[in-house]
Amino acid sequence: MEVMVILVPLALALGFVGLLGFLWTLKSGQYDDLDGAAWRAISDDEPANDHGASRK
Amino acid sequence: MQADVVDFTHYLKGAGEGLVHLDLAVEGINCAGCMAKIERNLSTIPDVVSARVNLTDSRLALEWRAGALDPALFVRRLADLGYKAYPFERDDTETREAQRAKSLLRRLGVAAFAAMNVMMLSIPVWSGNVSDMLPEQRDFFHWLSALIVLPAAAYAAQPFFSSAWSALRTRGVNMDVPISIGIVLALAMSVVETINHAEHAYYDAAIMLIAFLLAGRYLDHNMRRRTRAFAGNLAALKAETATKFVSPTEIRMVPAAAIQPGDVVLLRPGERCAVDGNVIEGRSEIDQSLITGETLSVIATPGSAVFAGTLVRTGTLRVRAAAASGDTLLDEISRLLDQALQGRSRYLRLAERASRLYAPVVHAAALLTMLGWLAFGATFHDSIVTAIAVLIITCPCALGLAIPAVQTVASGTLFGSGVLLNAGDAIERIAEIDRVIFDKTGTLTLPELDVANLSSIPADVVELAGRLALSSRHPVAAAVARAAGADEPLTDIEEEPGQGVRGSYEGLPIRLGRPSFCDADGLANEILSRDPEASVVAFCHGDARVVFAVRQQMRPDAAEVVAHLNRLGIAVEIVSGDREPAVRFAAGMLGIHEWRAGVSPVDKIARIEELERQGCKVLMVGDGLNDAPALAAAHASMSPVSATHMSQAVADAVFLGDRLAPVLVAVEVSRKALRLMRENLWLAVVYNALAVPVAIAGLVTPLIAAAAMSGSSVLVMLNALRARRKAV
Repeated sequence: MEVMVILVPLALALGFVGLLGFLWTLKSGQYDDLDGAAWRAISDDEPANDHGASRK
Repeated sequence: MQADVVDFTHYLKGAGEGLVHLDLAVEGINCAGCMAKIERNLSTIPDVVSARVNLTDSRLALEWRAGALDPALFVRRLADLGYKAYPFERDDTETREAQRAKSLLRRLGVAAFAAMNVMMLSIPVWSGNVSDMLPEQRDFFHWLSALIVLPAAAYAAQPFFSSAWSALRTRGVNMDVPISIGIVLALAMSVVETINHAEHAYYDAAIMLIAFLLAGRYLDHNMRRRTRAFAGNLAALKAETATKFVSPTEIRMVPAAAIQPGDVVLLRPGERCAVDGNVIEGRSEIDQSLITGETLSVIATPGSAVFAGTLVRTGTLRVRAAAASGDTLLDEISRLLDQALQGRSRYLRLAERASRLYAPVVHAAALLTMLGWLAFGATFHDSIVTAIAVLIITCPCALGLAIPAVQTVASGTLFGSGVLLNAGDAIERIAEIDRVIFDKTGTLTLPELDVANLSSIPADVVELAGRLALSSRHPVAAAVARAAGADEPLTDIEEEPGQGVRGSYEGLPIRLGRPSFCDADGLANEILSRDPEASVVAFCHGDARVVFAVRQQMRPDAAEVVAHLNRLGIAVEIVSGDREPAVRFAAGMLGIHEWRAGVSPVDKIARIEELERQGCKVLMVGDGLNDAPALAAAHASMSPVSATHMSQAVADAVFLGDRLAPVLVAVEVSRKALRLMRENLWLAVVYNALAVPVAIAGLVTPLIAAAAMSGSSVLVMLNALRARRKAV
């Protein structure tokens, strides 16, 4: 049962990392355009200078 | 025309580091191909830093280095690609809704992550309770759950707490009151039980409840936000511009949104006024049908009031834009509107009515459970635990989802058929109506003028007249050009002010204008004697003479929709501000027996109130400024998308397109949705009737609570999905 001392905090930490990841995706506007995002994933090439769009 | 040169500075926003930001609403983006095409093309313009399409909202966000780039270039470039685009500004409501949707999603994320992690801890406890888990281990798991759930719940359940609190402060009850009480009690009891090393704690049930309810609320909100964004695009794509005097002699085209009270604007024949104001110079026939419902034009002279939506027919006017005061009609309408809106807030939504019954019953049941167990000799602690278990099991998870879920699905269906909902309770109210009052002008009829006797004129004559009409800015001539589908103007055409246009074609003189100008008075009088409402425009080429009867045409499916509404048992009547002959004619054509003509805004409200006293629930469908108070006063209301801003803002729903069918669809879908909402409430009642006795008996464990909660939620969700199927 000593293994719980490692496993439980590890599990919670992983859950917390997941939550932080979600909050980051939300903050960077990844849910603003769900229809578009679905297509972007399979489009061949993005426009050359498309960086910086997700800031703010 | 210099109409293309519009000054867009009003819409530009600084984006820091010498960058400029512009949002454009774009029509017709509907696939990944469009998205890639637009982004790739605009990114090649030098200085453009980013071009990003939002496919969900049909919008384009552009950023470029401040400097020589003219924003009108983007609009032109998009037009070349085949997309109509126009800059837009998010209005305050939309910004607020977007922020709220985002905050709900964040809370949902927190609640969902907490629920998942707690479930990982709860399942060992549930299985450990029947096997050989050490009490210390169970306590340890309970404390860990508390550590996760308490902060998560404090954050995620805030929307429920604050809504319940504001309801209680005004001595009301809404659905959030029993929800909040349930959550708080469940958590408080769990903490006490954990301290006492007890077997059962309900952290998982509480956080799961919050997650489910937030999901329902987020869906509801997201649908509304999407509708609002679409409506914002429509408003922007109307591309309303005004010609503003930047100095006493110099004019510039600016977007209507950039006009401030006190600015002077120029109105030319054929233009629609984009602002409210007073004429300071000039004289013209103006068509106020969008404002008053009156189709006959009136003369505007210095001092006359003009409103946004007024069509200038003959002369040029200078208008000073005014704030919404200083004029009798607008003042009166604003006053009536305020009164009507105050009255409207009294409507109680189905969810509120249900919770008024539900909350006392549930709380009484919990109290009786406690007293009952005490009377039977249980300990005080056990009685309270059982009572709280009753509250947890009845906590209206299904009830909180029952209505938003149906609403989300139904508003999605309506969105698909061209009906945009403005109000959250619109579906319920539209479902209850048993009488429809239509305005005539612009609602039963199409807002644009059209040629009525096209079929009786040879096609080649129509085509030639249309080409000639392209040289005139008069709205009646423009209707002829539109009807003919003409796009090649004739050359060497002169305009005779107030008369018409003339020139020569294939060696013969050619004219279009007043009947006297074309020597066709006889033909014109013949048409006018049959149809006194029409405007006539005559055309002659050599000896050939024809007269076009131009009028507002009925919406193509108006008669059909009226008949269908009658079949559904809904009475239909016309209440119009137009004159009697015009209204009688329309009523006769559509087979409507009840009609009133020449009705003022006050009398429109009076008619609605009279009907409501008789117990009728009225759906008002109108577009004019004069309809706005009636739209607000009626039980439910709809406006076509061509309506004035004020009417669209107060109507419960706005419908798109030339057809009237969306009104019928709205009624049918809403009725079906209301039926499903009631069904869902009954499902929730049945669920409670089964679960509550178990809880009262003291047999509920956290495992049963969790299973019951998710089971009932899934059930109402599935039932709500039935609203997707087309209404019968």
